[in-house]
Amino acid sequence: MAVSDIETAAAAPASAASTASARARATAFLAKRHHLRWWEALPWLLIIAAYFIFPDRLTFGTQVLIGIMFALSLDLILGYAGIVTLGHALFFGIGAYTVALLTARWNWGEPISSMLLAILLSSLAGLVSGWFLLRYRNLTLLMLTLAAAILVQEAGNYRSDITGGYDGVPGMEIWKLFGVFENDLYGHTYYIYVGVLLLIVWYIVRRIVYSPYGAALTGIRENVRRMHAIGSPVHWRLVTAYTIAAGIAGMAGALFAQSTAYTTLGVFDFDNSAKVMVMLILGGTGRLYGAFIGATVYLVLEDHLSKLSPTFWQFGIGLLLVLTVLFARRGLLGLLEDALKYFGRGAKS
Amino acid sequence: MTAALQVEKLNRSFGALPVTRDVDLTLERGARHALIGPNGAGKTTLVNLITGVLKPHSGRVLLNGDDITGTSQAERARRGLARTFQINQLFRGLTVLENLTMTIGERDGECNNLWRPAGAKPSVIEEALDHLESLRLADDALRLVRELPYGRQRLVEIAIALAQKPRVLLLDEPAAGVPSSESHLILDVVAALDPEIAVLIIEHDMDVVFRFAKEITVLVQGAVFTHGTPQQIMADEQVRAVYLGEEGHKVAGASHG
Repeated sequence: MAVSDIETAAAAPASAASTASARARATAFLAKRHHLRWWEALPWLLIIAAYFIFPDRLTFGTQVLIGIMFALSLDLILGYAGIVTLGHALFFGIGAYTVALLTARWNWGEPISSMLLAILLSSLAGLVSGWFLLRYRNLTLLMLTLAAAILVQEAGNYRSDITGGYDGVPGMEIWKLFGVFENDLYGHTYYIYVGVLLLIVWYIVRRIVYSPYGAALTGIRENVRRMHAIGSPVHWRLVTAYTIAAGIAGMAGALFAQSTAYTTLGVFDFDNSAKVMVMLILGGTGRLYGAFIGATVYLVLEDHLSKLSPTFWQFGIGLLLVLTVLFARRGLLGLLEDALKYFGRGAKS
Repeated sequence: MTAALQVEKLNRSFGALPVTRDVDLTLERGARHALIGPNGAGKTTLVNLITGVLKPHSGRVLLNGDDITGTSQAERARRGLARTFQINQLFRGLTVLENLTMTIGERDGECNNLWRPAGAKPSVIEEALDHLESLRLADDALRLVRELPYGRQRLVEIAIALAQKPRVLLLDEPAAGVPSSESHLILDVVAALDPEIAVLIIEHDMDVVFRFAKEITVLVQGAVFTHGTPQQIMADEQVRAVYLGEEGHKVAGASHG
């Protein structure tokens, strides 16, 4: 074939009509992708419904909301950017201790300002540690993040005169919200407070994952070599995501400390890092709502099973995790999507 | 006129093994340059040195006259140096369209935006679709890359590189792994590339090389063996010896295997 033939062949458009409709479909696909779908209201309706259905279980409900927030922060880095970490409790712990030490040592128990400081400090910790650690990937990164959390925990243990060690920070006194709303025994106040904050966090994370920046994070997860080749500042992108996730995890930690008025060095535990990862994998990574389902299922199961068998309850969670990883790689949310698709097809035929 | 790409006395070794030895290479604006040589001659290593995946132990790389030897891979890409990979490096779990919109987003700095929805800029989508149309990929725009046949995936490799709007394009065996019945599609695209872009192609198929290239560099054991027009290279007895030797080995190897 001569070069001239080749040029005309490559330049000849496919049938103009099919091209135009393909263009329209492709444009609509990307342009509408971030639009809210009706079912995205479901988690919020359920959270509101739970307030009325379980009025005496709202302290537990608050912990579920905090778990969702924590898992959501992990989803941003693990699910979207593909950063594996076993040290995410580091930021949760920094958030919790910011609140705890402010009240115990400086007699400052105002919830909102101490939460904001907690977000600031945990983000800063994310920025600094991310800057160093995110040059590494996979197993190396897993070990380094784990080590970072242990280092901080042990530093806290060394100065247990300040941190209270594993006995906890003594004398935490959290003031009334806005100087008006007391954290009552049944946890009504904090359920609503944390629920509203979760809504804000969810909105922010949702904006981020549907932004061009969020697309770049997905690109890093899918193929980091190509991202370098198309000129993406990969390290900077990852550090940014890590910083934001650290801030949200710190916020969850601060709310944990405020809602329970209790904090020990246990918040930095490897257990806590592993738990949030298990929640997310259970629910499904990289799709926002996996965090909602995973954290809820995990914590409700933990609550029930630990009452049923105080020494053996982790078996149930272990079993569920094994089944999820083996048979539902995309988590419970993925399973749900498949089921809906299956029944949807059944109804049509 | 400054060359689009200039490589000066580039050296690199892996341990004790020198894989790039005093390589000089110049691509003028709009060049059509082929890099050939037997397997293991260091062709892909040279591409990796030019794009910054590897750092040279000595020597310089100049892009439009600017020394880019010390810069990162991403910085070079932003300055107009694009490449394709010998083995596909694509965003397999994303649609073909997203592979391109992301590339355009990174090129234009859009990806620094954390708040605006990615689909809210029609110009980016339009441009991505234009690139896909010119490579006849428009009908696959919404398919996941991993669902495409390998030959079409190779086209996405080229589409991504072109969406970077490069001034220098390095093609590392663009038709590698594609059955010959489909490879003409890819070679058509290569032949129809914008004449403004300086192109360096690594290719084993001599028909393609002689048809496409206006200049050829032969690399043997990491060093430039010779360099010239296709006519000069074709007439060169030593090149024939190197290549025939190589082909002879291949045939022998195949009959043993």
